[in-house]
Amino acid sequence: MKPAPFRYHLAGTVPEAVSMLAELGEDAKILAGGQSLVPMMTLRLARPSDLVDITRISGLSYLRAGLDGLRIGALTTHRMVETTRDPAVLAGFGVLARAARWIGHYPIRARGTFGGSIAHADATSEWCLLAVLLDAQVVLAGPGATPRERTVPAAEFFCGLFTTAAEPAEMITEIWFPRPSRSAALAEFAPRQGDFAVVAAAASVDIDSRERGAACRSVRVVVGGVGSVPFVVDTGAVAGLPASASTWREVGELAASQIDPPEYADGDAAYRRRLTATLVARALDEASRQ
Amino acid sequence: MSWVGARVPRTEDARLLRGRGRFADDVTAPGQLWARVVRSPVAHGRLRSVDAAAAARSPGVTAVLTAACLPAGLAIPVRLALQGIDLSSYLQPVLAAGVVRYVGEPVAVVVADDPYAAEDGAELVDVDIDELPATLDAKLASAADAPRLFAAGNVAADFTLGYGDTDAAFAAAAHVSEIEIQIGRHTGVPLEPRALLAVPRWAGGGPDRDGGLDIYGMTKVPVFNRDVLARMLAVPAGRIRAHAVDAGGGFGVRGEFYPEDFLIPWLAVTLRRPVKWAEDRAEHLVAVNHSRQQSLTLAAAFEADGRILALRADVLHDNGAYCRTHGITVPELTVAMLPGPYRVPAYAGRIRVVLTNKTPCGTYRAPGRFEGTTAREQLLDVAADQLGIDRVELRMRNLLRSSELPHRRALSTLGTDVVLDAGDYQGLLATAMAEADRLGLASQARLPPGPDRSRGVGVAMFLEKSGLGPQETADIELDETGAIRVLAGGTSLGQGIQTVLAQIAAEALRARVTQVASEILEAAEDDLVLDHGTVSVRGDPESRITFGAAAAAASPPGLRARGRFDVSHMTYPYGAHVAVVEVDHGTGQVRVLRYLVAYEVGRAVNPALVEDQLRGGVAQGIGGALLEELRYDEAGQPQATTFIEYRMPTAVEVPPVDVLVCEQAPAPGNPLGVRGAGEGGISAAGAAVACAVRDALGLAGGVGALPLTPARVRGLAESATGSSPANRAGSQVRPASYEESR
Ligand SMILES: Cc1cc2nc3c(=O)[nH]c(=O)nc-3n(C[C@H](O)[C@H](O)[C@H](O)COP(=O)(O)OP(=O)(O)OC[C@H]3O[C@@H](n4cnc5c(N)ncnc54)[C@H](O)[C@@H]3O)c2cc1C
Repeated sequence: MKPAPFRYHLAGTVPEAVSMLAELGEDAKILAGGQSLVPMMTLRLARPSDLVDITRISGLSYLRAGLDGLRIGALTTHRMVETTRDPAVLAGFGVLARAARWIGHYPIRARGTFGGSIAHADATSEWCLLAVLLDAQVVLAGPGATPRERTVPAAEFFCGLFTTAAEPAEMITEIWFPRPSRSAALAEFAPRQGDFAVVAAAASVDIDSRERGAACRSVRVVVGGVGSVPFVVDTGAVAGLPASASTWREVGELAASQIDPPEYADGDAAYRRRLTATLVARALDEASRQ
Repeated sequence: MSWVGARVPRTEDARLLRGRGRFADDVTAPGQLWARVVRSPVAHGRLRSVDAAAAARSPGVTAVLTAACLPAGLAIPVRLALQGIDLSSYLQPVLAAGVVRYVGEPVAVVVADDPYAAEDGAELVDVDIDELPATLDAKLASAADAPRLFAAGNVAADFTLGYGDTDAAFAAAAHVSEIEIQIGRHTGVPLEPRALLAVPRWAGGGPDRDGGLDIYGMTKVPVFNRDVLARMLAVPAGRIRAHAVDAGGGFGVRGEFYPEDFLIPWLAVTLRRPVKWAEDRAEHLVAVNHSRQQSLTLAAAFEADGRILALRADVLHDNGAYCRTHGITVPELTVAMLPGPYRVPAYAGRIRVVLTNKTPCGTYRAPGRFEGTTAREQLLDVAADQLGIDRVELRMRNLLRSSELPHRRALSTLGTDVVLDAGDYQGLLATAMAEADRLGLASQARLPPGPDRSRGVGVAMFLEKSGLGPQETADIELDETGAIRVLAGGTSLGQGIQTVLAQIAAEALRARVTQVASEILEAAEDDLVLDHGTVSVRGDPESRITFGAAAAAASPPGLRARGRFDVSHMTYPYGAHVAVVEVDHGTGQVRVLRYLVAYEVGRAVNPALVEDQLRGGVAQGIGGALLEELRYDEAGQPQATTFIEYRMPTAVEVPPVDVLVCEQAPAPGNPLGVRGAGEGGISAAGAAVACAVRDALGLAGGVGALPLTPARVRGLAESATGSSPANRAGSQVRPASYEESR
């Protein structure tokens, strides 16, 4: 469990980081919190030729809520999201703070970064699911004489198993959540506290409470752990259905019928399908209570 | 105050908690080289060649060792030979030559200036293997026409232990209950994986064979390991010094003689340089002994009133690719201990030890008892439900009464006859149930569970074994400076043996020092007070003498004694576990809410240490019952090679554990009356948790397999009839009511 040889570079600014990446070529990698990359290197599953350390770049660690939504700097740690007390963040984006506790253990949350999670693109990652659920935009900086910046919607950013739309020399600088969502929740199941989820479900609901018994206007559901990228469930025609446990269970079954989970072990796919039904219903139920 | 029985803080802690421990990887020698073992990447195959040329050219690499460099036929010997069974055809070579039989089997060793260079070099060793189909299922492997892993066949041992006429008993029975259960593949996971440092000694001018060898890290059975190594290196045992160092747990796996225990010293002697090897965790999980994996089929014949007439067991033991130092210890203990604390008039336990293309197996804390207790206690719960008898009551009716002890069973284990020494099994179970009630375990189980959840209680009774040295010699010395030294052969694996030996020594020394001081001070022994190394006369503080002066006054000066203890029979501690669980029917997750262990230890030299041993055992047991499993894919690739996949329970998964240490039945076989305390926390944890899950789900049969992973539990929940948490009948185990039902 010792990494293969690599060269280490420290970047002081975003332009410096991206030009280093462009110069060093495809086998160079950004080092952020190191909580995914370093374990893969010690197992020699990742063998970058060069590491570009971005952790000393200043000004990339923030949660900024305003009229245009919430902006999260790439180097913001999971722990900062978990512990934020900013009422503007909590009002529209409380689901982020509530979901953070599911990520790993305390030391992992204290070092791992928001940008790192999005870049790593694990299909069960809480941030990846919520980015898709809440229509987040991934802000990327690229190399060039005049450094260019582009924005990719989260739903298009995750392209496959641990693969994203980012170019090798691009760096995530920010994740922008343009639209608040008060009634959102994330439910997941892991065999132990701190493990990656087997299945995770993120859900938001829009309920018309003027009607008698409260009815759904719309629901959105994104499931992780059932494919190579976060899976957006087609929730069908829920408008007008009662905002109740039976509706949540129905949507859960609907989600289970749409997925085609991988068979990691015997009976695993069937189990993940049942788990999806359970967790989607639980996430919707929790979201409806926010 | 008596020292034996006192809650003395651990004398080890001041050192360990300040970071002054000296664990195997802390020991270094000037000029040391680092070794990295190259391991087979496939489960089964013919080894065509091992090409070390590229590795040897890699920067920093000093040497590459392959089987071709070694004398042929070097293999790891069996330490515990049992039942006269010859395992010589199944021993593991120190480096594979000809055939590889599991992923992780050593095929070469790279030695380099630092551990990074060693690992880089190891990647460059070109191992050419003709793959053969892997045999992974013990049942398939045991079939007569199965592909042979060894010329001698795949079944290393097949024998039956037992007594009485089971056929007649089953024919006459009013009721027969049967279950099948698979126990998963687990292993012990000490905080520090294995590590060794071998330092050749200087005889004259430079290090050489005549100078001998110092070895650090052989902590557990250093004397045995040294002797094995001496034979394999063909040097006199006296030239090798094995230094035990601190160890953060052994659990049966750490400290046995493994291939590396030969390879590293051999390299040090050959290269004339100190050589160090520190196993990493990914290696540990494929290289160190695995354990537990068994498939047990049990049947019991009952009278209509629930009395057991006979017990049959058929145990298929998956021993992995070779027989290592423990030989057939685990399967033998499984079958020999299976009748447990119960009155079983006739018994037949068949055991087959089968070889497969997986990591070889050995003992892991409570070997054989974790497996057997899980199976037997499931069987009793299934039988109780079928007979319509309360589960605790069924056990009460079948436990041996104290008047029936000592109880001799016509079978042997670990080379000794099984004679259950003394005790009150029924009393212990009654005490445990009363304590469970007092602590509110039963009422907690009856509280309404959360939505989509149900609760259950599991009670398991168990018999343990311990106390078989079979011999030990100890020296104690009080010198003229007042310093006291105790020399004993037991090694410290983190269990607190240093503290406990000091307590026993203090107790013994007090009598002797008092006697000597009473002569010198001319005072009655009863009037003497011992305090901080001084003996004084009560009421006359001027009249005093230090321990050192007392020792000096003895003739010859200094107080010293040697004692030797030989024992031919084991002690049999016994106890009960009670678990309360909640099952989430949606996810299949089992949460252990409460846990109680009541354990008869004969005498607790240090009750605080006993309690901690039991708590630690429960945590490991919960891991085995619910989380931990060393799975393989169809090609024989291990699926649990990091702590992400090998799921040890964390503080979140382990509930508060209540412990009741009982000292009602001192062991008759030793002067202290101790029965042993290291394994009682884990022995019945698989059983209690499995019984509780079965209760929560309202299953008619057994749980079928451990660990009870969420996917398995969800499957069980779906298959159980009428198991929807809302309409399931309440728990059948009524801790408070067993008295009424008796
Ligand atoms: C035991 C354990 C449990 C965990 N459990 C969870 C969990 O439950 N949920 C979860 O979501 N995560 C979990 N993680 C992963 C953790 O959240 C990581 O922190 C995260 O996935 C990666 O963030 P990082 O900052 O550590 O990135 P690094 O590990 O430094 O990098 C990860 C990858 O992203 C790239 N990268 C990093 N930053 C950028 C950037 N700004 N722009 C472009 N590329 C970038 C790197 O080059 C690398 O390829 C767990 C990790 C461990 C060790």
